[in-house]
Amino acid sequence: MSRISNPEYDYIIACARIIDPESGLDKVGDIYIKGEKIVRIETEKLVLKKKKSKKANSVERIIDAEGKICCPGLIDIHTHLREPGREDEETIYTGSQSAVAGGFSTIFCMPNTQPPIDDQESVNFIYEKAKLAKCRVYPIACITVGRKGQQLTEMTDLKNAGAIGISDDGNPVSDSRILRHALEYAKMLDLQVISHCEDLNLSKDGVMHEGFVSTVLGLRGIPSLTEDVMVARDIKLAEFVGVKLHIAHVSTSGSVELIRQAKKRGLNITSEVTPHHFTLTDEAIKSFDTSCKVNPPLGTKKDVEAIIKGLKDGTIDCIATDHAPHSIEEKDVEFDSAPFGMIGLETALGLVITELVEKKHLSWIQAIAKLCTNPAKIFKLTQGKIKAGAPADLTIIDPKIEWEVDPSKLKSKSKNTPFRGWKLKGRAWMTIVNGKIVHKLK
Amino acid sequence: MAKPRPILIMDEKTLHRCLVRIAHEILERNKGAKNLAIIGIKTRGAYLAERIAKIINSIENVKVPVGLMDINLYRDDVQTKLEQPIIQKTEIMFDVKDKIIILVDDVLFTGRTIRAALDQIIDFGRPKSIQLAVLVDRGHRELPIRADYIGKNIPTSKHELVKVKIKEKDSEDSVSIVKERRDLR
Amino acid sequence: MELKSKNLLGLEGMKKEQIELILDTTETFKEILMRPIRKVPTLRGVTIVNLFYEPSTRTRISFELAEKRLSAELVNFSANTSSVQKGETLKDTVKNIEAMKIDIVVVRHPSPGAPHFIANCVDSSVINAGDGAHEHPTQALLDLFTLREKYKRLKGLKVAIVGDILHSRVARSNIWGLTTMGADVCVCGPSTLMPYEIEKMGVRVYSDLDKALDGRDVVMVLRIQLERQRSGLLPSLREYTNTFGITKERLKRLNKGFTIMHPGPLNRGVEITPEVADGPYSVILDQVTNGVATRMAILYLLSGGEKKLE
Repeated sequence: MSRISNPEYDYIIACARIIDPESGLDKVGDIYIKGEKIVRIETEKLVLKKKKSKKANSVERIIDAEGKICCPGLIDIHTHLREPGREDEETIYTGSQSAVAGGFSTIFCMPNTQPPIDDQESVNFIYEKAKLAKCRVYPIACITVGRKGQQLTEMTDLKNAGAIGISDDGNPVSDSRILRHALEYAKMLDLQVISHCEDLNLSKDGVMHEGFVSTVLGLRGIPSLTEDVMVARDIKLAEFVGVKLHIAHVSTSGSVELIRQAKKRGLNITSEVTPHHFTLTDEAIKSFDTSCKVNPPLGTKKDVEAIIKGLKDGTIDCIATDHAPHSIEEKDVEFDSAPFGMIGLETALGLVITELVEKKHLSWIQAIAKLCTNPAKIFKLTQGKIKAGAPADLTIIDPKIEWEVDPSKLKSKSKNTPFRGWKLKGRAWMTIVNGKIVHKLK
Repeated sequence: MAKPRPILIMDEKTLHRCLVRIAHEILERNKGAKNLAIIGIKTRGAYLAERIAKIINSIENVKVPVGLMDINLYRDDVQTKLEQPIIQKTEIMFDVKDKIIILVDDVLFTGRTIRAALDQIIDFGRPKSIQLAVLVDRGHRELPIRADYIGKNIPTSKHELVKVKIKEKDSEDSVSIVKERRDLR
Repeated sequence: MELKSKNLLGLEGMKKEQIELILDTTETFKEILMRPIRKVPTLRGVTIVNLFYEPSTRTRISFELAEKRLSAELVNFSANTSSVQKGETLKDTVKNIEAMKIDIVVVRHPSPGAPHFIANCVDSSVINAGDGAHEHPTQALLDLFTLREKYKRLKGLKVAIVGDILHSRVARSNIWGLTTMGADVCVCGPSTLMPYEIEKMGVRVYSDLDKALDGRDVVMVLRIQLERQRSGLLPSLREYTNTFGITKERLKRLNKGFTIMHPGPLNRGVEITPEVADGPYSVILDQVTNGVATRMAILYLLSGGEKKLE
C-alpha cells in the first residue's frame, strides 16, 4: 500500500460485488476508504476499468476484489473468549484472531468467565485487553451477580463502562421474579437483555437432545421443552414489562414458533441461531463425539427445518456462533463428563454459505443481514453498513473457494470442532476493521 | 496357472483294507477289545474312529465306546492363525479314566495336532495308556511323536498337500497328493 | 464364518450371522463347563483386564471365570481401588493399562459410550460389559443363548420385557438382539420409565401389564431401583409392585411352556415374587451358567486370528 497521502482516499476495494442489506445495495462497485472511514461508494466509473484502459497511476492502492463479495464487517454477538480465567483455552487476543480469520470485525464476549463480568472493573478489564485485539470486542455483562440468578448487577455502572448488553449466558435466570426486575431495570437503562432459555429442572443432568438417538445411546436426554417453556416465560415477562428481549441460541422448533407468534403480536423479541444448530442433528452424536456436545443440544431434523424456516421468514434475526473453546483434555473424555460447547468463529461463514446460501434457503443479502446488519440494529452499533461516513469495517468474501476444515490450522486456541474434515464453500478473503486490514487469506 | 493335478495314493478299497489291518493290529497288541475306547479327531479322524470301532465290532462282537474331539481350543497357534477355526463340539460320553485310548486321525504331519489331542484327553481324566492310529504318516515331525498304527507311510515334501477324502463328508474314500501348493500354510 | 470385529461394543447393527456364530460357539464352550477339568489352554499368554467402574458381582465373576477357564491371564481393576479417585481421566487410565500390554479390555462404566471411547484410545480388543443405560451385549447374548437352548429357535418367539426400560442397558441390547433374530418383542413399564420413541427400535409398547403378557412365551423382568422413587419417576415401589410386579396370578396370560428371565440381581418381592423367581419356568440360574459359556465364546472369537478391522 502506498504511503503517499491522497486527499480523497487511502485505498480502494475495487470491482467487488457490494452487498449492503441496510441500503439494499447489491451491485459491483468500488469502495473508497480513508483513515477509519468509508468515504465513497462508486458503482458507475469503476477504477479498475479506467486503469486498464489508461494504464495510469500505480495500482498499489487498489485491492482487486473482482469476483468477491464485499459486505459490512460481520458481527458475532455470541462468543466465549474465556479470559479472564481460562486463558489456556482462549484469550481475547486469540479469540479476535480467530474472529477476523472467520470474517468477523466485531464480536461480543459472554460474561461467564472466571470471575464473571459482573462489575464495572471486569468490563474495564475486557476493554483494556481488547485494545490489542484484532477486531472490536464488546463485553456483555451479567444480569445477576456471579450469574447466580439472585441479585441484580450494578447495571448503570456496567452500561457506563460500556457493556453492550446483559446476559447470564450458560445459566438462565431461573427465578421469574428476578428476571422481571432485571427486565424492568434494563428497560430503564435501555440495556439489551439476552436470555439463555433453559429450565434447569427439565434439563437436569441431561447431555443431549431427548429423542430416538438418546434412547438408543442410553444418554440422558434434555427435552425440547427445556427451552420452549423458558422462551414462553421470557416472552411473557418481556411483554408484561414492555421491553425488548433477545433470545440466544434458539434450537427447537417449539421456540421458533413461540418467537414467530410473539413477533406477530408486535413484541420486540429478537433471536439468534448458531451455525451448528442449522447444520447438525443429534444423529451426529451416534459415535459419542464429544465435540458435538453443546448446550442447547443438537436437535432433530424437524428442529433444523424449523430453524431454517425461521431464518427465511425473519423469525430468527441473527446468526451467532456461540464459539465455546474447550481444551483437548476436557473434551477427550467419556461423553457424560465432557463440557458443553464447540468453537465456531472460523467455520460460521463457510457453513452459512454452504448450508444456507448454496442450498438456496437464504439469498446472499438475507444471509449477510443476519451476520451484520441485524446484529448492528439490535445493539445500535454504528458499523454494520456500507455507507459514506460509516466506519470502514468490511468483510470481503470469496464465495467460490472450497476448503477443508483442518483444526490444526484454525487460529482459535482450542480445536473442539465437529467439522474436522468437512469441505466448505466460501470463506473470508479479507477482513477490515476501522480501515485496517486485519486478515487476508493466503 | 493350471491347477496342480492330484496323484491318487489310495482308493476306497485300499483305504478299507488299511482300516481292517489297523483294527486287527489294535486287537492283537491289546489282546482283545477289553477296556478299549476310541477317540477320533474332528473332522475326518472322527469318521475313521467310527469305522474302526465298527470293524472291531464285526471281528470281536464287542462295542467299543467312541468319542469325538475338536482340538482347536488346545492348539498352540490359535493367536496367530489367519483364519479362526470354527469350534465344534467335543463329545466324549465315557470316562477316560484307566481306559486304553486309541486316538485316531487322518494324517500325521508335524505332530502338533496330536500334542493338542493328548493334552485334551488328559484334561478329561487319566487313561491307562494312549495309542495313536493314523491313516497316513507323511513325515516332517516337529515334536517327538510317533504313531502306533499306520495305514500308509507317504514320504512328501513340505509344499505338498495330502488330501484325505472320507465318504461321510466328501462322498468318496481316497487319499491323494496335491503338489507344490506354496500358498498353503 | 468369523466375527470380523475387533470389539464387542453393542448388539445394535450386529448381523444375524454374527450372533448365530456366537451362539453356536457358546454351545461348544458350554460342553467344556461339563468336563471334569473345566479349563482349556486356548488363551494362554493372552492378558485381559477387567475394568470395572461400577459395582458388579455377577458380570465380573462371570467374566473372570470365563477368562480363567480359557487360561488367560487376568487383572482386575475396579474404580474404588484405583487412581480414578485421584482425578486420573479414563484416557490416562486406559493408556496406562495398554502400556502394560493388555490384549483384551473388558469394561463396565456408568457412562454410555465409555467402551467406544476406550476402543478409540487403544489397540486392544474392547468388550462392553455394560455402559450406563446404553448396552450390555454379553448379557443379551447369554439371554439369546438360553432361549435358543430351550426353544431351539428365536424366530417368532414372543418376548415381553417388563420394568424400567429407560435406565436398562439389558433391555436395549436384548431388543436389538431379539429383533435381529426375528423374535417379536414388546416392552412394558410405567410411562415415566419408558424412553422416548422406543417403538422405533421395533418393539410394541404397553403400560398395561396384562395386555403385555397376553400370549407371550418369555418375560424378561428388569430390576427396579429405589432411586427411581427418589428422583420423582415413581410414586412408590409399593405401587410399582402392585402394578408391574410379576406374580403367579399374572402368569396365566402367558403361553404354555413360558419362561421367566431376570438379568439379576433380583429384588424379590418387588419386581418379581419369590414364588415366580424360583418357579420351574424360571431360567434365572441357567442364565448365570450360560453367562460363563457365552463370555468364553466371545473372548475366544475376539482373540482369534490376526486383528481384523471393524
